[in-house]
Amino acid sequence: MDLMTKTMKRPEPILEIDNLRTTFHTRDGVIRAVDGVSYRLNRGEVLGVVGESGCGKSVTALSILQLIQKPPGQIEATAIRFNGKNLLDLSERQMQRIRGNEISMVFQEPMTSLNPILTVGRQIGLVIDAHADLSRTETKNKTVEMLRLVRMPSPKQRLDEYPHQLSGGMRQRVMIAMALSCNPQVLIADEPTTALDVTIQAQILNLMNDLREQLGTAVIMITHDLGVIAEMTQRVVVMYAGRKVEEAAVEDLFRAPQHPYTAGLLASVPRLAEDSRSLKDRMRLKEIPGMVPATTSARQGCLFADRCSYVTDRCRIETPILEESTSGHWTACWETEKLVANYG
Amino acid sequence: MADVETTSPANNASQVNTKAPSPLLKVEALKTHFPVRKEFSSRSTSFVYAVDGVSFSIQKGETLGLVGESGCGKSTVGKTILRLVEPTAGRVRFEGTDITALSRREMRPFRQMMQIIFQDPYSSLNPRMSVGNIVGQPLIIHKIASGQELEHRVGALFERVGLRAEQMRSYPHEFSGGQRQRIGIARALALNTKLIIGDEPVSALDVSIQAQVINLLMDLQEERDLSYLFISHDLAVVEHISHRVAVMYLGKLVELADKREIYINPLHPYTEALLSAVPTPDPTVRGKKRILLEGDVPSPINPPSGCRFHTRCPLAESQCRIEEPVWREATPGHWVACHLR
Repeated sequence: MDLMTKTMKRPEPILEIDNLRTTFHTRDGVIRAVDGVSYRLNRGEVLGVVGESGCGKSVTALSILQLIQKPPGQIEATAIRFNGKNLLDLSERQMQRIRGNEISMVFQEPMTSLNPILTVGRQIGLVIDAHADLSRTETKNKTVEMLRLVRMPSPKQRLDEYPHQLSGGMRQRVMIAMALSCNPQVLIADEPTTALDVTIQAQILNLMNDLREQLGTAVIMITHDLGVIAEMTQRVVVMYAGRKVEEAAVEDLFRAPQHPYTAGLLASVPRLAEDSRSLKDRMRLKEIPGMVPATTSARQGCLFADRCSYVTDRCRIETPILEESTSGHWTACWETEKLVANYG
Repeated sequence: MADVETTSPANNASQVNTKAPSPLLKVEALKTHFPVRKEFSSRSTSFVYAVDGVSFSIQKGETLGLVGESGCGKSTVGKTILRLVEPTAGRVRFEGTDITALSRREMRPFRQMMQIIFQDPYSSLNPRMSVGNIVGQPLIIHKIASGQELEHRVGALFERVGLRAEQMRSYPHEFSGGQRQRIGIARALALNTKLIIGDEPVSALDVSIQAQVINLLMDLQEERDLSYLFISHDLAVVEHISHRVAVMYLGKLVELADKREIYINPLHPYTEALLSAVPTPDPTVRGKKRILLEGDVPSPINPPSGCRFHTRCPLAESQCRIEEPVWREATPGHWVACHLR
């Protein structure tokens, strides 16, 4: 907590994405998966990136590590700076030294992102070998140490097991062990608990929190789950249809959302009642009418306009500019004052 | 163990049903076991005890939420009720008739009244049929409507679930996830439906779309006095839509009560842990005390002795390892299977 308040005072960016545009050229036209997104991650911080399917939150992360297949994909940006150097200037070989070593990633599906024909020990060992010059025994010891770190039950025995022999929660522990084995400065976690049951999710979130405090890794937490965002992050970026629509400290975002989409999202989540007074009898949920526009359609004006209750004519013509309303709270909405008035 | 809840005034708890004494659906000591071969060469079979003695009832116009984690058997309960999977033992009574004993032909009128909505709107609609044809199939199969009449009824169903009638000629791939789920709902409503089993019907949808579909389901229930068995792993969604809630663990119910009781005053340690594991979408309550369960759910092929939850239960005592807890009514309408509560 001390470390956090310190970094909050003087945030020192470790990763900065500046005007990223990732497009996919398909037969049906150009898909603008990420359309001019900028955000930064500070040292030791957990940044949440939230949005619904297809909003571009994962593609942004994959673009940072250049894990987008080109063609059909194309990554353009003013810069993606890691520790001040532009990752877009690096060769593929130099990029390989960054991936898994300085910036690593945990994916949603632990079954498909682990190699089914390699043992757990070999898989983690490969990552360690790729980035460090260790003997076989040292690698093995390091692997066991990593499995112990992620609280894998009977870690030594796991070395010779294959992914299919593990439960979903254990597979995700292996993924985290792999991702942290080279002590990266940045960890990108893309829906790390979405495929897990709630009791297992609680275990993994708890583990990730402890490890972050212990190792000081900066984390980008990508998720659609506002509960996970509230629980884990300090600052949040909200994405909609490939654009960033809002950014704020987590408390500010939940207390006083300034973009109608964020407000709608927060209102439509069913919540567990805390006491018998808040447990209502089957009230209708607030819904956001309509659906997300196609990523290939015209991109004039605010992309949320068709679903927005605050919409004006201007919204359909002019694309809103991201502006800082209060300190650290950024919103791309022409009508944001109305929300500020509503939420205080 | 397989005590049935009929003897109890269980229904007092859900205010909706005080008038209706006999339930629409009554499940009694239901068991569904699947044989699995132990090893490739071995002849001895073992069983997956997917559903292992489950009893509950659903009143007309009521939603019973059925929650549990993957592999607990909740989907198998739903499929067994519809006899998409045959039960190993136990009974399913629909309006008093035991449907487990019926022949395929005798089952037909009941099939009109019991429908299912699946989780994945992508794999549960035939990609080669127009969506109008998909929704109209039940009417054709049961020889209820054809020609103009069919077209008219399907159009009305489309309008009711929030689609446009002219979209009937399109194919499933032309629709989004939320729209496809609306098509699934229209199909379930085509006949003289009284009970809909929703097997994770909103789990694959985004939050903003999920709210639309939940509201639609609740409106339809009121309009048509439908009963729902709402199967889900999402406790917040279940709290929202249900009148009563049943919690399942490794093939058995561990707790069943009125919604208010189960969320405010849970008795079973598993229910408590499940509720406390859900991340709260409110950063000001961050760091609330959690009951963290150790380890994973054991295999349903070889479930633990005694209480099946004892391997992960923070309160387990020696008795729990040996003796199976009795399914009993702790307070009126609040059922639980635990030695300690």
